[in-house]
Amino acid sequence: MTKADEKFMQVNMGPQHPSTHGVLRLLVTTDGEVLSGVKPYIGYLHRALEKIAERVTYPQFTPFTDRLDYLASMNCNLAYAMTVEKLLNIEVPRRAQILRVIMAELNRISSHLIAFGSFSSDMGAFTPFLFGIREREFINDLFEIACGARLTYNYIRIGGVSKDIPGGFIEKTREFLDYFPAKIKEYNELLSYNAIFIKRLANIAVISPDDAFDYGITGPNLRASGIKWDLRREEPYLIYNELDFDVPVGKGEMGKTGDAWDRYMMRIYEMEQSAKIVRQCLDLLAPGDYTAKVSKVLKPPAGEVYVRAENPRGELGFYLISDGSTKPYRLKIRAPSFANLSIIPKLARGVMIADLIAIIGSMDIILPEIDR
Amino acid sequence: MEPKKIYGILSEKFGGKIKQFIESTLPPSVLVETGAIADVCRFLKEGDGLDFTSLMCLSGVDLKEQGKMAVVYHLHSMKQKHKITIKVELDRNNPHVQTVEQVWPGANWYEREAYDLLGIVFDGHSDLRRILLPEDWEGHPLRKDYVYPKRYHTWDV
Repeated sequence: MTKADEKFMQVNMGPQHPSTHGVLRLLVTTDGEVLSGVKPYIGYLHRALEKIAERVTYPQFTPFTDRLDYLASMNCNLAYAMTVEKLLNIEVPRRAQILRVIMAELNRISSHLIAFGSFSSDMGAFTPFLFGIREREFINDLFEIACGARLTYNYIRIGGVSKDIPGGFIEKTREFLDYFPAKIKEYNELLSYNAIFIKRLANIAVISPDDAFDYGITGPNLRASGIKWDLRREEPYLIYNELDFDVPVGKGEMGKTGDAWDRYMMRIYEMEQSAKIVRQCLDLLAPGDYTAKVSKVLKPPAGEVYVRAENPRGELGFYLISDGSTKPYRLKIRAPSFANLSIIPKLARGVMIADLIAIIGSMDIILPEIDR
Repeated sequence: MEPKKIYGILSEKFGGKIKQFIESTLPPSVLVETGAIADVCRFLKEGDGLDFTSLMCLSGVDLKEQGKMAVVYHLHSMKQKHKITIKVELDRNNPHVQTVEQVWPGANWYEREAYDLLGIVFDGHSDLRRILLPEDWEGHPLRKDYVYPKRYHTWDV
């Protein structure tokens, strides 16, 4: 520390701070209420998943992907399954593809509900969190019907899904879809267009398109900056090219494009779109196989692929190298939150301490996927 | 733009520093001479019609059988909507490569991760520290010959 630094105070925020969304430590240098620098320290949840991947077989790694982004386990299962299928050249049956889309989109809604809820509680409003949890409970019940688990599903497997949906699932899902739009309206009335909430977030931590590219920001955070980029549209996988949905982008409705309010609002818009997708998929669902014929022992040919999928928090990528044996030679996991968090030191320069909470909350990071 | 065409443009600009085009990977890769990586990356980002806006992923790979390490850059252009993989191979006993942090600032953390888990040193990096493991951890776990420690401070692991 130099003489000039002496007027600053260094404070640790976390690793166990409620607004850090997990075990994240931020070393904050402050000058009164104003931040002059933030240094994130990560790794508290490091479980060496990439090393574990080299010691287990391909199907055995699927449950580990549940533990990446545990609020969107279905999406993580999906991205991993697609990676291995690409290497093995497996064609997934149509029914399985539709089931995958249904699960992925339902999980996107439930993940965004948590984002909405936890962000509002970061901002000091506790009730919306309970609202979010209430609707998420409905989706958890649906997943429980489909696969028996409520958090770590291990449902989307290499080749298809683990089992077909039982009777009653479709009716229950329709019931949820009929019930949900009114709730989104409620969220908007309660929180999104609340004057205090807008004042708190508009024009805070604006991410310009160039910064978003430079730091590899993806997902709703990128779209909030006004860039219409969604892998489901740009590089359609599964049956996304047959579906009708919009890709919402930030327009700076309350301030500048790419501010914290835009990032928050992207998630509300996306929930509406996901509900629309699920409804279409339910109509498309026809009898068929729920999984391709996959041999018990998987030995992909030697080769390497990089496959990515649009997760609720951005692009989840798997870089997989196979040496022709039953275990991956190397599996690199490119987690969206890792890139999204890396921009925080840049965003948090010169802002108030309270705004740092708004920045982290609006990025909607999740730590297990960052630390892996 | 097709990856093959991108390879053609790179070969024209950098000549012998572009070593090989590997079509079998997904997306297809270009093997680049280690010393030229920063220049090649800058050209890929700023070159006409290339516009590689973002670094999707940067991974270190231990190729123990060949006595090498590799750094793999997965690049992507949101403007031109094309992708490519760039690779460099390093000496396994002394893995050094230039940083690309000045090209894509997001590379900072990826490079720290590759340093932490594989021991690859990125020359010119602004803040090369461990990122996922504790600062006093010994060894680089993703190396194929990593020996698991029995103890860490006072704990059995």
